[in-house]
Amino acid sequence: MNPETLLGDTVIDAVSAVFMVVGALMSLGAAIGLLRFPDLMSRMHAATKPQVLGLFLLLFALGLQLRTWWAWPVLVVAWLFQLLTVPVSAHMVGRAGYRTKHLHPELLSSDELEAVVQQAAGKRGFDDENPAGFNPDDAGSPDRRGRLDGGPGAGSA
Amino acid sequence: MSRKRVSLRQELPLLVWLVIVWGALWQNFSPGNLLFGALIAVVVARLFYLPPVELGGRFNVLRAVPFAFIFLAKVVAASFQVLSLAVVRGPLVISAVVAVPLRSHSDLLVTATGHVISLIPGSLVVEVDRSTSTLYIHGVNIRSPEDAAKLRQEVRDTEAGLIRIMGTKDELSALKQEVGA
Repeated sequence: MNPETLLGDTVIDAVSAVFMVVGALMSLGAAIGLLRFPDLMSRMHAATKPQVLGLFLLLFALGLQLRTWWAWPVLVVAWLFQLLTVPVSAHMVGRAGYRTKHLHPELLSSDELEAVVQQAAGKRGFDDENPAGFNPDDAGSPDRRGRLDGGPGAGSA
Repeated sequence: MSRKRVSLRQELPLLVWLVIVWGALWQNFSPGNLLFGALIAVVVARLFYLPPVELGGRFNVLRAVPFAFIFLAKVVAASFQVLSLAVVRGPLVISAVVAVPLRSHSDLLVTATGHVISLIPGSLVVEVDRSTSTLYIHGVNIRSPEDAAKLRQEVRDTEAGLIRIMGTKDELSALKQEVGA
């Protein structure tokens, strides 16, 4: 063993150690965020986002430690699929959460979607009167009507 | 089949991606394996026909590489920011839902912008209005109209970066005019 490869090994070990600890810290951050954030939407931030970086760091450390070049394509593909799927799942949960009003209006400084939703709900309200209107279960839900009547969700600013 | 056939050239990026995934999963990039993977990719793409993705017809690698690095830096910075928010402010965090009208009406660019902005911690696409190509984004720690304006500007900048990478020529020239004006 010449000293140069030994030094290289030490550097690789040190880098992967740091990456692994920081990556684990990101998972810890997700857990803390899940516990401490107040509503579904802000929890989604904590639940999905730190993993983008956390998984990147862990996979990078793994690639460094495996010392084989053919491990890299798998790791890259794993991360890319994570990048492709995380926003979709976050969006679907966030969207469902918004529509079922799993949020605290008093914790929003502004809500520019509210007015648009109310307008759309108003249009659907007319459809409601003729039974031929499509998507009946959505338009006829008491949830939407509550909004039109100026329920607790309306007029938050 | 009444659907318009996609030309092989248009399908090529998808096929190359499938072959790369095949090789990565087998952890074997020998020519024989890649050839077999290519065969399977063609069969899969023919059998499971998807609506074609309308690419802009250009891809600027010189713009893509810095964009990727800036993206990674933003992810790192924002990850720590959300972490500190969770620890320090926790239940008292103030958020907002911000409407961001985008320049481009292409599905690909709207999707890509939404993805990039969702991957950066602290912002999450709640709703997409395809007809006006408006993204409704839930941002964490948005406490004033200035913060909202900053978030809106960031989304618009991200979109501008993506247009420079893979937008159509029309979108690119429109962007150049806007920046020049």
